[in-house]
Amino acid sequence: MSFESLVKNRTRPIVTAEFPSINGGTLDQVAREWERLGPLVDAVNVTDNPAAHAHSSNVSVAIALQNLGADVIMQVVCRDKNRIAIQADIVGAAMHGITTVCALTGDDVTAGDEPEARRVFDLDGPQLISVATGLSQGTFLSGRKVTDHKELLVGGVENPFAPPMQTRIKRARMKVDAGAKFLQLQIGYQPEMLEEFMAGIVANGVTKDAAIMPTVILTKNSRALSFMNDKVAGIVVPQNVIDRVANSEDQPEASYQLVKDSVELALSLPGVAGIHITDFRHDDTVARLVSDFNLGPEHN
Amino acid sequence: MKKPIWDCRMCGQCVLHSTGMTCPMTCPKTLRNGPCGGVRENGNCEVIPEMQCVWVKANDRAENMPLLPKSWREEISHLRPPVNNALKGDSSWLNLINGKDRETPSGWIGIDHEDAH
Repeated sequence: MSFESLVKNRTRPIVTAEFPSINGGTLDQVAREWERLGPLVDAVNVTDNPAAHAHSSNVSVAIALQNLGADVIMQVVCRDKNRIAIQADIVGAAMHGITTVCALTGDDVTAGDEPEARRVFDLDGPQLISVATGLSQGTFLSGRKVTDHKELLVGGVENPFAPPMQTRIKRARMKVDAGAKFLQLQIGYQPEMLEEFMAGIVANGVTKDAAIMPTVILTKNSRALSFMNDKVAGIVVPQNVIDRVANSEDQPEASYQLVKDSVELALSLPGVAGIHITDFRHDDTVARLVSDFNLGPEHN
Repeated sequence: MKKPIWDCRMCGQCVLHSTGMTCPMTCPKTLRNGPCGGVRENGNCEVIPEMQCVWVKANDRAENMPLLPKSWREEISHLRPPVNNALKGDSSWLNLINGKDRETPSGWIGIDHEDAH
């Protein structure tokens, strides 16, 4: 079943995964990663220079994956391109059949390895959702018509774990009112914040209008958790969570159990439509996770 | 006058009334519909760790600043359109009077906040 159909009908929990960044090379590398990840998930997110590091472009990798039969969610961030270039990317990708777009504001340039770069942010995340919705309806921001426009499935992201909570809940509403049909949530390790956020967006009707997907990150050890806590903007990993893994004799297994608990909680919350996976382990853990929860095309 | 009080960046299309009298152009990402996902646990900015997030401040003020009309407080949740970069450096007072600050590109959909939630 297509990601679009799952988002619209929500007949079962959805599972998506972040496709690894590609750093040049050939299409063989895309194919290898796809063979590992593709069969396990309903769709893959192609990132757009994640954490402000340059990689093979979102459009190029999305086309490569589309040609391999993937259901692609093309992420588009506001940091690197102005409104003209962003619209060109979206309609260009749609020409190749990539019609699912996830709009993000994007990490700042200072998060990356070229902090001296100029930051653009000509649009912001909510504005980009509205602009993509306009393209979906056949109109560039200027008002000029898109030739034989394709209907797009537009989504976005939100971070329930960064303050202020009530604003996050309202901002999710703003994004959905602007046209988002799904929201993939930032990773977080404070379940009470996810619960509060979800209760808020159930109350304001967001979960009725959009598929909400919390994210989990697959890591191997406590070092990875400490790194995220110290270095990644908007992510807090409480010390007791780091300790739970650090004090275990089998850190990879303890890391998995942590993720398993997070997924269990996420799927139990009213309004959650599925989960999104970021895999930093590059082993068979994605397969184990989807199997344990009967997610994805292989188990449905 | 706006420069010393609100650290005005001369975008030429002032939205201070709808952002708790906090200029969104002082956000390092110049976000008009923030806050971004990078806000720190203490409410400070992802880019400038010692500065309170402009949007955390804006939301706090929109809620708590005395004398703000109710409609201004509510407008913080409204979707503001992309900045018209052609107005940069203009007097926002003039653009308020002649309506230029409310013009949007003809393909801009935005949100009808009368109908929305």
